[in-house]
This record gives sequence, structure tokens and C-alpha cells, in this order.
Amino acid sequence: MSANGPVLDVRDLRVWYGSTRGAVRAVDGVSIQIRAGEVLGLVGESGCGKSTLGRGVMGLLPDGSAVDGQVLFQDTDLLKVSDRQLRRMRGPDIALIFQEPMTRLNPLMRIEDHFSETITAHEPKLSKAEVRRRSLEALGGMGIPPTRFRNYPHEFSGGMRQRIMIALALVLRPKLVIADEPTTALDVLVEAQILSILADLKRNFDTALLLITHNLGIVAEACDRVAVMYAGRIAEEGDARTVFSQPAHPYTRELLRSVISLNTTGLHYIPGAPPSLIDPPAACKFHPRCPDAMRVCAQLAPVEQRLSAGQRVECWLHGPGDRIPEGGREPLEQERIAVAEEA
Amino acid sequence: MAKPTTSLRTYALTRLALVLPMLWILLTLVFFMMRVAPGDPVTAALGGRLPEKELQERRHAAGYDKPLIVQYVDYLGDVARLNFGTTITDDRPVTDVIIENGSATLELTFWAMVVALSVGIGLGLVAGRLRDSGADVSIRMFGIVVYAMPAFFLGFLAQLLFGERLGWLPTSGRASPEVQFLLPTHTHLYLIDAIIYGDWATFKDVVLHLILPAATLGLIIAGVLIRLVRVNVLQTMKGDYIEAARARGIDEKSVVYRHAFKNALVPVVTVLGLQVALLMSGAVLTETTFNWPGIGFELVRYLNNRDYIAVQGIITFFALIVIFVSVLIDFVNAWIDPRVRY
Ligand SMILES: Nc1ncnc2c1ncn2[C@@H]1O[C@H](COP(=O)(O)OP(=O)(O)O)[C@@H](O)[C@H]1O
Ligand code: SF4
Ligand SMILES: [Mg+2]
Repeated sequence: MSANGPVLDVRDLRVWYGSTRGAVRAVDGVSIQIRAGEVLGLVGESGCGKSTLGRGVMGLLPDGSAVDGQVLFQDTDLLKVSDRQLRRMRGPDIALIFQEPMTRLNPLMRIEDHFSETITAHEPKLSKAEVRRRSLEALGGMGIPPTRFRNYPHEFSGGMRQRIMIALALVLRPKLVIADEPTTALDVLVEAQILSILADLKRNFDTALLLITHNLGIVAEACDRVAVMYAGRIAEEGDARTVFSQPAHPYTRELLRSVISLNTTGLHYIPGAPPSLIDPPAACKFHPRCPDAMRVCAQLAPVEQRLSAGQRVECWLHGPGDRIPEGGREPLEQERIAVAEEA
Repeated sequence: MAKPTTSLRTYALTRLALVLPMLWILLTLVFFMMRVAPGDPVTAALGGRLPEKELQERRHAAGYDKPLIVQYVDYLGDVARLNFGTTITDDRPVTDVIIENGSATLELTFWAMVVALSVGIGLGLVAGRLRDSGADVSIRMFGIVVYAMPAFFLGFLAQLLFGERLGWLPTSGRASPEVQFLLPTHTHLYLIDAIIYGDWATFKDVVLHLILPAATLGLIIAGVLIRLVRVNVLQTMKGDYIEAARARGIDEKSVVYRHAFKNALVPVVTVLGLQVALLMSGAVLTETTFNWPGIGFELVRYLNNRDYIAVQGIITFFALIVIFVSVLIDFVNAWIDPRVRY
């Protein structure tokens, strides 16, 4: 691995879920990179495949799913290693923080046992005292006092449980943390608390963080870079400030408008909903909902372009012009009507 | 919001305080159910066999000429003093029936539970773990068959196969007559008495007599357990904390044993408590099938002789057992599951 190469390098990742109605293409050719000390925000409406991407990286997909592509963690392809080796990497190398903290702790186990189990699974030779010291240090960092160490999960509130889950994820000092909507289930105050904890992470330990959220406010606040996901693909990816100030993809723009309008003139939302990933729209998957859709958008899948501002984007508005067939730039009539009807 | 775990002792005291109303309701039910039949118990059992004058005296002695409410209060008072009455047909204190025959039932049900728990939980865990494998399918079939089969039928098949055809095991009674005659009774539990007696031939004879009835009753309850444990294992394995444990790199063996199995067994304890009724009715049928001189066997005999005092005494005792078991189950639950202790 080159000195400042990415910690995580996902290349053309594809994930399918088996379902009774056919294969769900939840992640459909995604490439992203994260460096040490960097926070990458992954945003998009719910159902776009964000959690699947996070789980795919960890190798935690359910039975009946299939994966293809490469997940390079410090040059090791996680899709190729043995189950045993992958298990060893979960915890000390990559940690996952889940959305719902209420159900993620074993109700029959004390907090202490969760920690000792986790630590000794990876460092079996550690003394009991050392295990305890490390656990209490991690918990202390999350503001959980040592007096609560022997309590059971049900004795904590949701916010405290999420802090415990984070302490549990961080106790092994992972190099990469994937946080899947870590604050969605919590109230705003706790959310701020947890975000500042995650920000400290990168400052203090140079941890790489993949922060999955559908809340653009969080991205603006906490992320260095942002990837916008739609229907299993990355629509736009780049420096967070650039993407926010000059969104290149219509989906990014509409997402941003729906946030901003919350504070100004009533609710703006993107008409329609993310498509079914069993049988998604052809060509550009966003075209049935896109205000800028052109004829080409329903005919050919857009090609990834790198813009001068720095972000990469998949949208025909940004070319390449020579690939657009004649008349392809005409507005897509049919869809206009559909949107108008819905409004 | 977070609440501190109440100590097990506080929980136990609260739970025990709730026993009294439960007890009262059950006893009242038993009392009035026994009074629904027309006529009085003495006439029912002995009518036509004794002169009217003597029947009258017996009715008076048993208090059946008093107003119903007085009988009811007397009944509660007697039960409080653990006096369950005296049988009409053979003049035995029901307490003696409970001690002598109850010990036979205790011995049978204890070993039946050992069979039920080891077979039921063991096979249930395997089936849940190896979902949809050949082992899973066979275990499920086995569970359905033993559960659907009535105790007397399963017992009858076992008697035919292992008794008549193969001649391996005795099919009737708690011990061979000569053994039973010679065995000094200390605890009325033959297995323990045989150990105290220190005679291995006797011990073996008692064990051989136990096998078929205990296996019959045990398998019937195991049928319920297999299904339940299997479903719970499947359910728990899908749990959020299982995925979270895997995400922390806990090895699959610990995930299955420490996280999944233990959680899967929590509801089993409760259901087991609800199965006391199945256990008791199963015991009655098993005892009748195997001529096992237990309390269920006696209950059927007294019912046939229309000895309603004996029946009332035995059913009252059953009610006490139901309450005892339900309290016991709650304690076990509180002990394994901290969430119960609120
Ligand atoms: N276990 C599963 N089996 C089948 N389909 C699934 C499963 N999990 C998620 N999906 C589908 O995959 C798509 C992406 O889901 P998800 O990754 O959870 O999206 P997000 O996290 O962005 O909301 C959705 O259409 C969802 O219905
Ligand atoms: S490719 Fe066309 S439909 Fe897709 S986002 Fe761009 S303009 Fe809209
Ligand atoms: Mg999600």
C-alpha cells in the first residue's frame, strides 16, 4: 500500500438480493475511496442501497445475496479472503455502527460482557485487568461512567446505548468505521453529541469514516467528501463544499433544495420515490423524476465524467457531448406530463 | 428511560404476594366445579350400597348437610391446613394418597422432564441451526408425530415393541412385585430408596420399569419443545444483536452458543410453565397405560368409583402444583432474563 493510498478502495461493487419477485440490484457498480482521517458522507433517499453498500464492505450480507467487484482494504480484497480472516478483520480493522441502537446489544448480557467478549475475541492473551481498563477507557470516552459497567442494556436510554455501541466499535481502534445512520433513531441533542464524538475520532486516531445518512445537514457539518447515491449507483461524488455549492447532478440539486426549503418557503420534495431495484427504469435511473430529463436519458445510461470543479458525476447534462445521439438533447415530453399530473 | 435493575429478592417478594389471590381463585373454581353435579358425594359413591341411616351419618360427618357457604369456608380452611379430606370409598386421607402415589408421579414426571428437556431442546437447537437440512426435516417430522400421538397410543406402541416383541423392558408397574415387596420405603421415590437400600439388582429393576413410561411422557412434551426451540433459534439468529456481534468479529460458534441459543431458550421456560397442564394430563394417561401407581392413576380409579371427595382432594392438590410451577417458572425467568425484574 502506498503511504497515502486509500484505506478503503471499493471498485465496481455489485450486490444482489434474492427475492420472490426477482433479483434486487441494491448496489449496481459502485466505486468509492476513503483515506485515513477522512470522512466520506454517503447520502441518498432511503432504499437507494446505502446500507447494502456498508454491509457489502463488511461481508455482512444475508443468505441469498450475491456480490461482485472488489473491496480493497489496505490492498486486501475482502471479497476474496476466507471467512476466518474476514472475521479477524471485523473489529480491529473495520467497525460498523448501526442505525437502531435499541436492539443491537444482547439483552441477556451485561455491558461488561459485551466488551470483554469483543476484546478477547481479537486479543485472547490480554489480562482481565487490561481488558477492563480498555473497556472503561472506551466507555469513559463516550461519557458512560464506570458505575454502569455491570448494567444490562435495558437499563440505558437510546442515546446511551448508541454511545455504548460506538464505544464497543472503537475499543479495538479500527482503521475504518462505517456508521450507518448512527443518529437517525435519536433526538437532535443526542445527534449533535454523537457527531462530535465521531469528529473527534478522525482528529485523534486518524480513523477513516464512512458516514451513511439521509440528512444533508449532517454531511455539511461533518464530512470532507460526499457521495450521493441513487438507485444503487453513485450519482455524484466530490469535495463536500464543492458538491453543496455547485451540485452538478439534478438529483443532488433536488435533494439540497428539499433541505433548504424546510427553512424557507414550505416543503419542497422530489416528486415520486426511488424506483424498485428489481426492475429499475432503463438508462438513467433518475429520468422519470428528473426535471431536466432529455430524450437521451431514457435511451442510454449516462457515462461518468470528471468536472473541472473536481467532482465526478453521472449525468448527460455534463456530456460527453459526442455520445449523445442526434436530437437527444430535446426535453423528454412524456415524463413532464407524468410529473405535472402528480403535482 | 433507564431504570435500575430491581434485586431478585424484591422481585421474589412481589411475585409471592401475588400468589394468594391466584390461589384463592383456583380453589374457589375447584370447589364450585365439584358442586355442579347434582346430589352429594356420599350418595354418589355409596348410594344403594349402605342403608339410608348410615349415608345420613356419613353426610353429616363430611359436612354435606351444612349450607354451601359454610362448606366453602371449611374447604378453604382445610386446604390452608393441607387437609384435603378423606376418601369415601376406602377411607384414606387424601394426604396419604398424595404422599404415597404422588411420589410415584414425581419420580415419573421428573425423569419424563429430563427426557423432554434433553431431547426437545437438543433436537430443537440442532434443527434450528441446520435449517432445511435433512436433519432439520427429520427432526421436525419426529416432533410432529410424537406431539400428535396421544399418550396412551404412544405408550401402547412402546409396550408392544419393547415389551411384547423384543421383551427388553417391563411394561407395567414401578418394580417387579418381589422387589416392591422387599424394598424398604424411606422417600417413596424407588430410585432413591433403592440406592439407600444399596441393592443394585433392585436399582436396575426400578430403572428398567421407569424407562418406557418416562420416555413416553417425555417424548410427548419433547414434541412441543422441538418446534418451539427451533422457531426461536431461527428467530433469534435473525436478531439485530446477532448481526452486531458478527460485525465485531465474534466467531460463529460464540455467536450461536452465547448469543443465539441462550436468547432462544428464554421463551421456552415460559412455555414450559404453560405446559404443566399437558404434563399432568399426560401423566394421568401414561400412568393408566403403564399401571403406574401414581396420583393420576389413583385419580382415574376414584373417578370410576365416583369418589368425589378423593377427586376434589387430588384436583386441589393439582391446583397447588400449577401455582407452584408458575411461580417457579417466573423465578427461573427472572434469574436468566434481567428484563423481567422490574
Ligand atoms: N435482505 C434484503 N432482501 C431483499 N432486498 C433487500 C434486503 N435488504 C435491502 N433490500 C432492498 O435493497 C434496496 C436497498 O436497501 P438499503 O441498502 O437498505 O437502502 P438504504 O440503506 O439506502 O435505505 C431496497 O430496495 C431494499 O428494499
Ligand atoms: S442523465 Fe438525464 S435524467 Fe439523468 S439526471 Fe442527468 S439530466 Fe436527469
Ligand atoms: Mg439504510
